[in-house]
Amino acid sequence: MIRFDAVTKEFPDGTVAVDDLTLTAPTGKITVLVGPSGCGKTTSLRMVNRMIEPTRGSISLDGQDTGRMDQAELRRGIGYVIQHAGLFPHRTVLDNIGTVPRLLGWDRKKIRERSSELLERVGLEAHLGERYPSQLSGGQQQRVGVARALAADPPVMLMDEPFSAVDPIVREQLQDEFLRLQDELGKTIVFVTHDIDEAIKLGDQVAVLRVGGTLAQVAEPAYLLAHPADDFVADFVGRDRGYRALQFQETPRLPLRPERCVVLGERPEGRGSTWLLVVDDDRKPLGWVEPARVGDRAVEDADLHRGGTVARAGGTLRGALDAALSSPSRRGVVVDDSGTLVGTVMAHEVLSAIEDTDRPERDEGDPVRGGAVTVAGDEA
Amino acid sequence: MDWLASNWRTVGELTLSHLYLAGVPLLLGLALSVPLGWTAKRWRGSYAAVVTSTGLLYTIPSLALFVIMPLVLGTKILDPVNVLVAMTIYTVALLTRTVADGLMSVPDHVEQAATAMGYGGLRRLFGVELPLAVPVIAAGLRVAAVSNVSIVSIASVIGVSQLGDLLLDGYRRIIWGELLTGIVATLLLALLLDAVIQLGSRALTPWQRVAGGRP
Amino acid sequence: MIASLLDWFLDPANWSGEDGIPARLFEHLWYSALAVGLGLVVALPLGLWVGHSGRGRWVVSVANSARAVPTLGLLFAVALWVGPAFRGDLAYLVPSTLVLVLLALPPLLAGTYAGVEAVDPAARDAAQGVGMTGWQVLRQVELPCALPLLLSGVRTAVLQVVATTTIAALIGLGGLGRYLIDGIALGDYPRAAGGALLVALLAVVLEGMLALLQRKVVSPGLSGRAVGRSRNDDDAGTGKETAQEPVDLRAPA
Repeated sequence: MIRFDAVTKEFPDGTVAVDDLTLTAPTGKITVLVGPSGCGKTTSLRMVNRMIEPTRGSISLDGQDTGRMDQAELRRGIGYVIQHAGLFPHRTVLDNIGTVPRLLGWDRKKIRERSSELLERVGLEAHLGERYPSQLSGGQQQRVGVARALAADPPVMLMDEPFSAVDPIVREQLQDEFLRLQDELGKTIVFVTHDIDEAIKLGDQVAVLRVGGTLAQVAEPAYLLAHPADDFVADFVGRDRGYRALQFQETPRLPLRPERCVVLGERPEGRGSTWLLVVDDDRKPLGWVEPARVGDRAVEDADLHRGGTVARAGGTLRGALDAALSSPSRRGVVVDDSGTLVGTVMAHEVLSAIEDTDRPERDEGDPVRGGAVTVAGDEA
Repeated sequence: MDWLASNWRTVGELTLSHLYLAGVPLLLGLALSVPLGWTAKRWRGSYAAVVTSTGLLYTIPSLALFVIMPLVLGTKILDPVNVLVAMTIYTVALLTRTVADGLMSVPDHVEQAATAMGYGGLRRLFGVELPLAVPVIAAGLRVAAVSNVSIVSIASVIGVSQLGDLLLDGYRRIIWGELLTGIVATLLLALLLDAVIQLGSRALTPWQRVAGGRP
Repeated sequence: MIASLLDWFLDPANWSGEDGIPARLFEHLWYSALAVGLGLVVALPLGLWVGHSGRGRWVVSVANSARAVPTLGLLFAVALWVGPAFRGDLAYLVPSTLVLVLLALPPLLAGTYAGVEAVDPAARDAAQGVGMTGWQVLRQVELPCALPLLLSGVRTAVLQVVATTTIAALIGLGGLGRYLIDGIALGDYPRAAGGALLVALLAVVLEGMLALLQRKVVSPGLSGRAVGRSRNDDDAGTGKETAQEPVDLRAPA
């Protein structure tokens, strides 16, 4: 557990970067600090491993005041990942990963084994270990950065916008793998980002900071979307927050209807319906066709409309609604975990399911700051 | 000061020949390094070869090069041509790389736009690439100018007259006035050439001074 | 002319004794090494400090602008000024070495300073963040990363010093410059040209050896020699060149 206790940072030029921050990052959870630039999120993060010293207040790690710990020792026990990875350009990938174990004086063989193991763990092929950072893509460098932070198996990790310098597709991939890794490792993580979507996707708990370094609200992502504490938070979490909040609500039992299908390469039967779902031999949905256009011949690949997204049964309401809205037939395709068709659902059916679910009214995370509770009460 | 007052005429003459020995090679060197630099840019494979070979010439100490020149050119040791050629070699060695780098610093999209509008080979070089490379080339030229002025004074050792004579004579006869005059005059000449090149570069690149342009 | 030059090289008298080629070569190398060594003692810590702390940049600018002073003038002025204070060999060794060190300083300082300053701030930040002490950051990250530019500075300084040592024969120093100066003074062209060829050869060989050394000690990750990227690149974002081309630091004498 990391605890910020009334922490303030005032720089010599008089700017206050962080103002009286009190916050707890619970053990084994991801706490995301998010906010616009100038909100002091990076400064807060860097005070944990004392890259920056607080002006007032204290930060404790599992009850121990970090200000009293040896600086280098403290840092070696905390994984640190930064935006541009900050790999050492003169060292190979494996040597980069082994940095902290070497500082800790592990023996060579053990360092090598551990580095190779981590290389694999972050999803990089073994042959990349002998390369230099300049030979890797941005995404690969970032993976190495994560591996380096994990090398000595620190219980705590600090991550400063680790995925913001890569393109959106790679970013999403890295985020997914990061969550999978965290499932296995259960580290106590403080994660800084300016991207609210990333915060909501990754955080077990999200702390929104405002310019000037004050804490606006801290809550679980779903709660944050449903109950922003004030206009600043509401504005920051964005306009379509109602829609995005649906991603935290698991689909209840939706009234799925059976769908008439045609297998690709066969002739459609009858012309009754305007849209017909095309599946493959394993009943996995491929797309929609208009039977009138196909006529009497077999359905070809070129006939397919692939516009619709596919929702997973038991997935989130957001997925179900999106499947319905994006389908040309207005019927959202729902599949099971193996990708086989289960049925379809209409948008109004998803909406009534939404109306039947409760909004998250209770924040299970640690402290709900001031206004949040009141606002929740007002709206109820 | 006394020494200068009674010898200002000599100092003037020596300054002129110093300017000649340092300046002419500067112009010749520039004229030669443009095609060389262009070659290095045009055929990327030749870049390393051109830069390495000119760089190697640069490593030869000046006094040695002055003395070797008659062997290569078949001239007499006292012939000022030795100095002119040696200085041109240094200038080319220094500028070829600068010209190549300067030409390569021209953004790709600019070159492509020029080609698309029908600029071909040489016209593109003189109409688009060289003008845009002026700031980089001018910076190299300034380094070459200052270094040329300093090196030329060494030619006094092989008997070619210029401001270096004041240094040599001042030292041999222990005349501080003469020695210091030589140092100061050489320094001033270097600064003068430097300023002229800087002004020339500014005049050739008016777009750099417009508000919003690169500083 | 070529024939007489060849005769000079083939004359056994020129290969032995105090004025023999091996002795002069050794002197030349010794003076040069002394000057570059002393220069490094001053420039390395100073340049590292300026590059690391960002303070005292004026030191580098002052050293740089001092390069416009003509080498010959500097040599003579220092010889006249400092020389008389010493006796015997020291009377020319001290002023020569002083000038040689002064000339070695600007490229050494500029190279060290530029090298440290060019270290990726993210790498430095990460080094501190993983718990390296200040000394470890300097030793394990900053110095190796600064090496390409630092060694370029050393190369330039060595060439500058080797060239100037030749001219220092004018104020009585030994070394290969003796052949040139004495040859010219005596009108003995073969001797002067022989000396000139030796000096040129020495400069080129030293340059080549230093280039090899640079290849050997600079990490392939920095020199841009490690080429070729993974086939399964998951993005194409960072193809940036890491080869650090040295700034031209030279001014030959």
